[in-house]
Amino acid sequence: MIDFVHPALLFILGAVPIPFLKGAIRKVYLVLIPSVAILVVLTLEPGSYGVARVIGQEILFAKVDKLSVVFATVFTIMALVGTVYALHLPRAGQHVAAFVYVGCALGVVFAGDYLTLYLFWEGMAFASAYLVFAQGGDRAIGAAFRYLMVHVTGGVALLGGIVLHGLAAGSLFFGPIAGGGVAGAMDIGGYLILAGFLLNAAVPPLNAWLTDAYPEATVTGAVFMSAFTTKTAVYVLARAFPGTELLVWLGAVMALYGVIYAVLENDCRRLLAYHIVSQVGYMVAGIGIGTEMAVNGATSHAFAHILYKALLFMGAGAVIEVTGRRKLTELGGLYKTMPLTVALYMVGAFAISAFPLFSGFVTKSMVIAAAGQDHRALVVLALTMASSGTFLHTGLKLPYYMFFGRDRKLEAREPPRNMLVAMAMAAVLCIAIGVFPERLYALLPYPVAFEPYTGAHVTESLGLLMFTALGFVLFLRALDPENTISIDTDWFYRKGARAFLWFAEKPLARYEKAVSNVSDKVALPLLHGAARAGLRVDLNGVDAAVNGLARAILGGGGALRRLQTGVATHYALAMIAGVIAAITVFAVVWQQGV
Amino acid sequence: MIKRVVDFFGDEGYARSRRRLFYLVLVLIVVADFLVPREHVEYLWERLPGWSAAYGFGSCVLLILVSKFLGHRVGLMRREDYYD
Repeated sequence: MIDFVHPALLFILGAVPIPFLKGAIRKVYLVLIPSVAILVVLTLEPGSYGVARVIGQEILFAKVDKLSVVFATVFTIMALVGTVYALHLPRAGQHVAAFVYVGCALGVVFAGDYLTLYLFWEGMAFASAYLVFAQGGDRAIGAAFRYLMVHVTGGVALLGGIVLHGLAAGSLFFGPIAGGGVAGAMDIGGYLILAGFLLNAAVPPLNAWLTDAYPEATVTGAVFMSAFTTKTAVYVLARAFPGTELLVWLGAVMALYGVIYAVLENDCRRLLAYHIVSQVGYMVAGIGIGTEMAVNGATSHAFAHILYKALLFMGAGAVIEVTGRRKLTELGGLYKTMPLTVALYMVGAFAISAFPLFSGFVTKSMVIAAAGQDHRALVVLALTMASSGTFLHTGLKLPYYMFFGRDRKLEAREPPRNMLVAMAMAAVLCIAIGVFPERLYALLPYPVAFEPYTGAHVTESLGLLMFTALGFVLFLRALDPENTISIDTDWFYRKGARAFLWFAEKPLARYEKAVSNVSDKVALPLLHGAARAGLRVDLNGVDAAVNGLARAILGGGGALRRLQTGVATHYALAMIAGVIAAITVFAVVWQQGV
Repeated sequence: MIKRVVDFFGDEGYARSRRRLFYLVLVLIVVADFLVPREHVEYLWERLPGWSAAYGFGSCVLLILVSKFLGHRVGLMRREDYYD
């Protein structure tokens, strides 16, 4: 009996046969794998699995504890919901990408060391980028490239941090990093790791990849994307940086940043994407506060958020699927033709807004209560204000302009049945968590001593939300969507890239042209002239000398050759003449010597 | 059933009853906020019944005003072909 099946491998290896399966068999298979994964995660025993040594480093392939199990539980549930939502897709590509994406997210959640974490981290970036590329068209491909570039950059920061941290700490095991809840100052490696994590958590100013890419992804791909990347980042932050003061303030700013941008937004999925930024702000703030209750709150809010945000993306996706439109200025009046979609979307909207009996109520309030217990009045006020903004946009503005409002006479119907089933699954879970929070609380990393349903808490929440609705009714005209886009921090690299291209095309190209002109007009003729002169010197001087010498030798050789007659008497004569000459010379020299 | 509920919130025919129901809910919430027991209050404002209603309304208005200011006056909102 195998004591441990890694859920990540279940998805990653499970993706391999998908392209070879067809029709109903593929559908059954697609649903089967996440279902098995849910069972595997529910039966996991805490412990360490897969210890090994790779290139001199101890690595730990999987570490199972309560924190990883709660994230893995919701990840596998979400994989099932997302797969059901995508069942009608005829092509295998997106299914494969989604499976690899989910598998990599699970790999990060169970990673016991930073190397394993890093490999799955990068896998997630590439698999999810496919879900944007798959949409096709210039806008989506541009957004997907930017998404990939930003994540690869973040990955490089993370890898640099991992190397420095590994050298400093002498171990690559994945755990709390000094500077947060752990004593000691954080070193540069720690900051680089934090930067890599914050980028995936979409903390401003590193948030723009999210609102840039998610609205351009495929209808079914965006549902997966809304669930995994940012929440994996929340998990690793909870693991490595609990109690880091910086995160409290970043989280509070995020919560408001998202809702402020959402007022301006016209694209329905970009509006929802800004609310991911806002909601992840609660989780980041909770991790920053770092008390047991705050980490519990962040974890449970991530759990609830994955389900209701997916439900909201599924609702908006259903509208895009049947109408082909995504701008609020072009939508309206769909409630007559899509009543089920409206009702299911509203369950998600009530859940994200933290209405009593819906999931957000039992999780978001835990973060706010933890901030209160930690005596952080400003954080409490900021997060409460963000709650009002959340209901204003996802609960009122978006459904009003998408489903009600001015009837644009769009041809619409309910989406395919599998999409409705997936939305219903998420909706049931949103309500179940809200009504029976104990089941979720039992999964959390620390024991829970928090009662969400007190009279004061219920009336406070309802007061906050319903008077937000009053503000909405009174300021309805001010909220009319406008046909614009909003500048976010992606401006820097989108315009920056353009400035770089301009620099490459204009000054750099001009300089290059000038250099080549100089070489054409001056240097080349000079070189040609010199070469011609050289040739002349060569031909007339050197060659003439060499040739003359050769001719002289040749002539001398010919004369000498004539001496070689081959007749013995001539040789004998020459020898006698030589001997006489020698004697004559000898006699003269000898005579003079005496 | 679901269709009827959705129609109630969409059809112009129900506008009057919708508005009545809405104001009734607002009043009931504020009244209930005065009646519920308050233990473990952390901050002064938590003692004030109706505080959250006022804060919710104020937050909503503030968020709309600040965002529209940033969008129109500071120039965050641009034409759709801004990056093309």
